[in-house]
Amino acid sequence: MIRKTLRTLVPVLTLVFLYAPILILAFFSFTNATQIGMVRGFTLKNYITLFTTEELRSMIVGTLLLAFGSAILATLLGTLGAIGSFYSKKGVSSAIRTVNQIPVINADVVTGFSICILLVVVFGISKDTYIPLIIGHVTLSAPFVYLSVIPKLKQMDSSLYEAALDLGATPASALLRVVIPQIFSGMISGFSLAITLSLDDYFIATYTKPATFDTISTYVVNATKGSQTSIKTALWALSTVIFVIVILIVIGMNIKAAKEQKKG
Amino acid sequence: MANNENIIELKHISKVFDDGFTAVSDFNLEVKRGEFVTFLGPSGCGKTTTLRMIAGFDMPSEGDILLNGQDISKMPPNLRPINTVFQRYALFPHMNIFDNIAFGLKQKKTPKDEISRKVKKVLELVDLEGFEKRSVSTLSGGQQQRVAIARALVNEPQILLLDEPLGALDLKMRKEMQIELKNMHDELGITFIYVTHDQEEALTMSDKIVVMSEGKIQQIGTPEDIYNEPQNAFVADFIGESNLFNGIMTGTKKARFAGGQFDCVDDVPEGTQITAVVRPEDVVLTDPAQGQIRGKVTSVIFKGIHYEIIVQSGRYEVVIQSTKSASVGDVVGMQVAPDGIHIMIAENHTNFFPVDVNRAHHLEFNGTELHASLTQLVKGSRRGENKELLDENGQVIDPDKLHITAAIEPQDIKMTDDVDDENVLIEGTISNLIYKGDHYSYVINTELGQDFIVDDEYLWNMGDQIGLILPIEKMRFSVKK
Repeated sequence: MIRKTLRTLVPVLTLVFLYAPILILAFFSFTNATQIGMVRGFTLKNYITLFTTEELRSMIVGTLLLAFGSAILATLLGTLGAIGSFYSKKGVSSAIRTVNQIPVINADVVTGFSICILLVVVFGISKDTYIPLIIGHVTLSAPFVYLSVIPKLKQMDSSLYEAALDLGATPASALLRVVIPQIFSGMISGFSLAITLSLDDYFIATYTKPATFDTISTYVVNATKGSQTSIKTALWALSTVIFVIVILIVIGMNIKAAKEQKKG
Repeated sequence: MANNENIIELKHISKVFDDGFTAVSDFNLEVKRGEFVTFLGPSGCGKTTTLRMIAGFDMPSEGDILLNGQDISKMPPNLRPINTVFQRYALFPHMNIFDNIAFGLKQKKTPKDEISRKVKKVLELVDLEGFEKRSVSTLSGGQQQRVAIARALVNEPQILLLDEPLGALDLKMRKEMQIELKNMHDELGITFIYVTHDQEEALTMSDKIVVMSEGKIQQIGTPEDIYNEPQNAFVADFIGESNLFNGIMTGTKKARFAGGQFDCVDDVPEGTQITAVVRPEDVVLTDPAQGQIRGKVTSVIFKGIHYEIIVQSGRYEVVIQSTKSASVGDVVGMQVAPDGIHIMIAENHTNFFPVDVNRAHHLEFNGTELHASLTQLVKGSRRGENKELLDENGQVIDPDKLHITAAIEPQDIKMTDDVDDENVLIEGTISNLIYKGDHYSYVINTELGQDFIVDDEYLWNMGDQIGLILPIEKMRFSVKK
């Protein structure tokens, strides 16, 4: 009896802990409350502020541009690295694998701080050029792209590349027309990971971003410190929008996976 | 051009991999235009490596590959007029059948209408008309194999390489494809180089077979040559089933082996030590009195088109294929016609003999215990409390299930006329002797019915009764599975 209760209670509690805070935030984003707990009425004021305030809009667009830009670069570099390491000799390949592991495990704060020191202090590159920020985010995500591409290369029939060469393709053409299509799904999941990582990142951005530029993470941290309440409550709306988008993406991916399973 | 007839020549080709493994050594081969050549050998013999060097995927460590007289050993694979059919097909899964076959033509910037005409034609050739739009995953193994062949043939290569292309197909499909491939070869006139470990496949399809083992060519010849006149024990053993006996020439076209005297057709000088190859189908069962040798039937297995009968004759085991059955326990005679015996000059004269494991779990030969470690010989075994032999799971090993063979070189055996000497393991009669320049080589007919070959610097007489001393430290033991 106790076992049975526990068996339902534990998952229910887990779900409550996971989703209650987000749902509470979503609920309050549709009210005119200035802080959690005091509801006087329902309104879309927060959403209007979110999409009309120039500062918020440019911050969101900037964050997305940074995420997509760094993800594209990271996907290119990570994929090239994976292909290079896959076709290298054993020693080289395991060296690359080890080097790749370190940024994955290393604390972001260390990565961010070291990039800042190297690029800004040692090389004297100004943070305003966005170069340190982009390099920082590419450094953060490229290793994850590498990790999602490598298994696809290992799954691939190794004679496919040779077959392409055998049929007269140059190595570059064989790579582009035969190898890349085989590992494309790995590249896509690496790309999605890179976007999420860039959106999530706080530490690297704080150390490397130009003073006038903010990502959602750095902006939220700063905004919640002050007392600008209309902006603060607009961020509840932003959180809700992000949450809904994520849910839609997850549902979409599940439907697609289910369809593919039926087909196969 | 040195020789217009040869489309490809491999000269002193060696391949040593980075880890030091020698896959191919000193490989020499000439292939004529339009020939069907098969590389045949067990896995790991270097046949696929050789094929990959012809295709250009591996570069030879040494030697030249000449295509129409031009050295191509450094040319990248995409520039060679050679196409490959891969073992696991290697079709591009993201393309449909048409795009797979058209891939090579597109690389060559062939006009579109010509591509579709050629693809259509080659699909007809492999009996897959109308498959253009199908995806690779909807095809059966056999169909995928046909597409792989079509994809290679559409480029009109000068040489088509096939790397065990039928290995993944079931038996019936394989037989059909063998005939189809052979027909395609005859029809197209393209040179085929085929790799397989299946000797029947090689014998059925090839004009020329290259038998390989451990990176070296063992024999090059037509299927008939390879089967009927194997050059060494490896080829004889690998191609078809065969009985191999060590023996000696005792006269002009007369040989002694398997404890009997036989007439043969190979003229090898008297006294030469030989290995005789007798195919199981060439042994005729007779009445005991009429046989050149006699023995007792130990096993009869019905194989569909014949019976496989194993006869124990003294210490020798003879495998026989016969359409007539026999019963286990029958005493039979065996005859082999002179043309059923193929004589090979022996490469070495190592004596092999079975040793027993006695009840006390010690090695025993002819009633004498041999003091050699059984636990070292049998992997994972150890001695139990009562000194019995246990396997890795702690189970007592049944000595009858353990088949151990000992090997000893002729020069390591000593002969003595004191047959009561405690070191004598076995007694016998000298049945043959030849002078070999600095020593005599004797054939000893032993009491167990097995002949031993012994080298000794002193002269003994024919018919002498002697004892053999086989030093245990010179014996090498192996466990037969």
